[in-house]
Amino acid sequence: MNGQFFADLAPALPEMLLAGGALLMVLVGAIGGDRSSGLINVLAAILLLAAGAALVTASPETKVLFNGAFTWDAYARFLKVLVIGGALIALIMSFDYLRHEKLQRFEYAILVVLSTTGMLIMISASDLIALYLGFELQSLALYVIAAIHRDNLRSTEAGLKYFVLGALSSGMLLYGCSLIYGYAGTISFAGIAQSVQAGNAPTGLIFGLVFLFAGLAFKVSAVPFHMWTPDVYEGAPTPVTAFFAAAPKVAAMSVFVRVAIDAFPNILDQWRQIIVFISIASMMLGAFAAIGQSNIKRLLAYSSIGNVGYILVGLSAGTSNGVQSVLIYLTVYVIMTLGCFAVVLCMRTKDGRLVENVDDLAGLARTQPLMGFVMAMMMFSLAGIPPLAGFFAKFYVFLAAIEAQLYWLAVIGVVTSVVGAFYYLRIVKIIYFDEATIEFQRMPFELKAIIALTGAFVLFYFIFPAPMVAVAGAAANSLF
Amino acid sequence: MTLASAFFYLFAGIAVASAFMVIAAKNPVHSVLYLILAFFNAAGLFLLLGAEFLAMILVVVYVGAVAVLFLFVVMMLDVDFAELREGFLQYLPIGGLVGIIVLVELVLVVGSWAVAPSAPQAIAERTPTDITNAEALGRVLYTDYLLFFQLSGLILLVAMIGAIVLTLRHKEGVKRQNIAAQVARTKAAGLSLHDVKPGQGL
Repeated sequence: MNGQFFADLAPALPEMLLAGGALLMVLVGAIGGDRSSGLINVLAAILLLAAGAALVTASPETKVLFNGAFTWDAYARFLKVLVIGGALIALIMSFDYLRHEKLQRFEYAILVVLSTTGMLIMISASDLIALYLGFELQSLALYVIAAIHRDNLRSTEAGLKYFVLGALSSGMLLYGCSLIYGYAGTISFAGIAQSVQAGNAPTGLIFGLVFLFAGLAFKVSAVPFHMWTPDVYEGAPTPVTAFFAAAPKVAAMSVFVRVAIDAFPNILDQWRQIIVFISIASMMLGAFAAIGQSNIKRLLAYSSIGNVGYILVGLSAGTSNGVQSVLIYLTVYVIMTLGCFAVVLCMRTKDGRLVENVDDLAGLARTQPLMGFVMAMMMFSLAGIPPLAGFFAKFYVFLAAIEAQLYWLAVIGVVTSVVGAFYYLRIVKIIYFDEATIEFQRMPFELKAIIALTGAFVLFYFIFPAPMVAVAGAAANSLF
Repeated sequence: MTLASAFFYLFAGIAVASAFMVIAAKNPVHSVLYLILAFFNAAGLFLLLGAEFLAMILVVVYVGAVAVLFLFVVMMLDVDFAELREGFLQYLPIGGLVGIIVLVELVLVVGSWAVAPSAPQAIAERTPTDITNAEALGRVLYTDYLLFFQLSGLILLVAMIGAIVLTLRHKEGVKRQNIAAQVARTKAAGLSLHDVKPGQGL
């Protein structure tokens, strides 16, 4: 063990920071008990910030560690920054909620940090075992924080449902991995890519691919593996839902892209069928099923299913431009989602109750002008109305599909986003034109800041789109 | 027939027979005992393969921990398995159908088996003969597979934290022994003198 050893491990520094920090926080929590939850929350935020700083300052040069299990490249860096940013903001959003609901348990922040560690491992995973272990580390912590409000029936139901269905999907994923290993003779993505040639891919391997994609589709909540999403989103405590919608979805989608592009580049035509199918199904369900929802968390769940469909459009192109559009869409999606959930977390009535019905937003533009305006902008952006950020995200995705000659896929995408615009615009109408029935409390400072920042991003993205497009392009190129 | 193959048939035969008895025994406690027998014979098969470390782990972990845990659960829960098994026969047609479908699928998959060109090379690295199993495992576990080993540790940590978060409750009103308070008790705190008047009592 010498200096060179540690220098070689440098690309894994963020993961090591988070894992080591989590162990330290467990120790602090075990000594201090729930009284130290405030301290641990701050520690967790600092840890995530430090890991993010380590990521931003690291060079994006491609490196392979741990005997081929862990790949560091510009793609990993882009997505890791996004995941850590999402996790950090979701954690900060939870502070006020946990205080109000008397849920100050020190384990919450620790589990968020450990789950984020799992996500980072997933993003860098370049063989099947690292992929599975990253998934399990991430999901196991998520199951627990979905049920963290253990005296609340809906929260425990959400946790249990997520756990049972998640275990099932892990089983499918593992079954797929074992078949792929059996036919390819190796677990590393590069090795699989080498052994699977176009035209002579064995049926068993395609079988394994289908199971692997089914497991991944569950984790990104794509149709037909989306059933858990509305229930879990509605039942879990709201900041936990915000975390679910932001960080794990990015990590799972990044694994999806890396597996498809790195391990199966030669059988693009085979896996494209699967992606196109689940993409269309997700876009349709996201557009139609959200129309009848009255609970805003359920509505956002269906909206996220629809968004996953749009992201998969970018993946189905299978090109560098397609991956670039996925990265841009994911960034915009995370920021829009966090903004929406920050607004939902501010829906606290004067007597301290948190309401979550769409109709409770009525007249928000007059009672809380900033909140109402940002929520309306978020809805316009989710509906894909120019010049907001959501429009550009959809634009790049559809452009990539058209370049890959998937014309009808792009057409279906545009049609479903028109359908989806109906329920987004209905919320705008409720905010601006309905009579206010409820008066909300003043917004806590940190939520106000998050709402303002995400709102500013969505509103002014069109002025400086070039930097993010360039970074996403470099990240996408590192995969090919 | 060599000695090794004689032992193979002995272990394999007893393993299959006791596995059958696990699902056939009426008494659940007997089922668990047969399960332990099956584990022992599987460990014997591992020994014949030269995998002595796996054999010992199987006995220590599965017999020593898992099967004993099963035994405790079966004894404590007092499940009436005879009742559960009533109506077993009525599920036979559908169960049989599922079994046949799985069999057909297995035959199809095994029948069309194609070994990837790189697969034989991957399994060519046999167990090294000059070092023990445990050492051979240790050499790759803490070097090539270091990441996986550490990640598994983290996953187990999350499982432990999760179990505590979701189930541990500090109930109010439960009396617990407080040794410090017991030791610190003085005569003044624990003893009071009353002057009892004759014929009145306390």
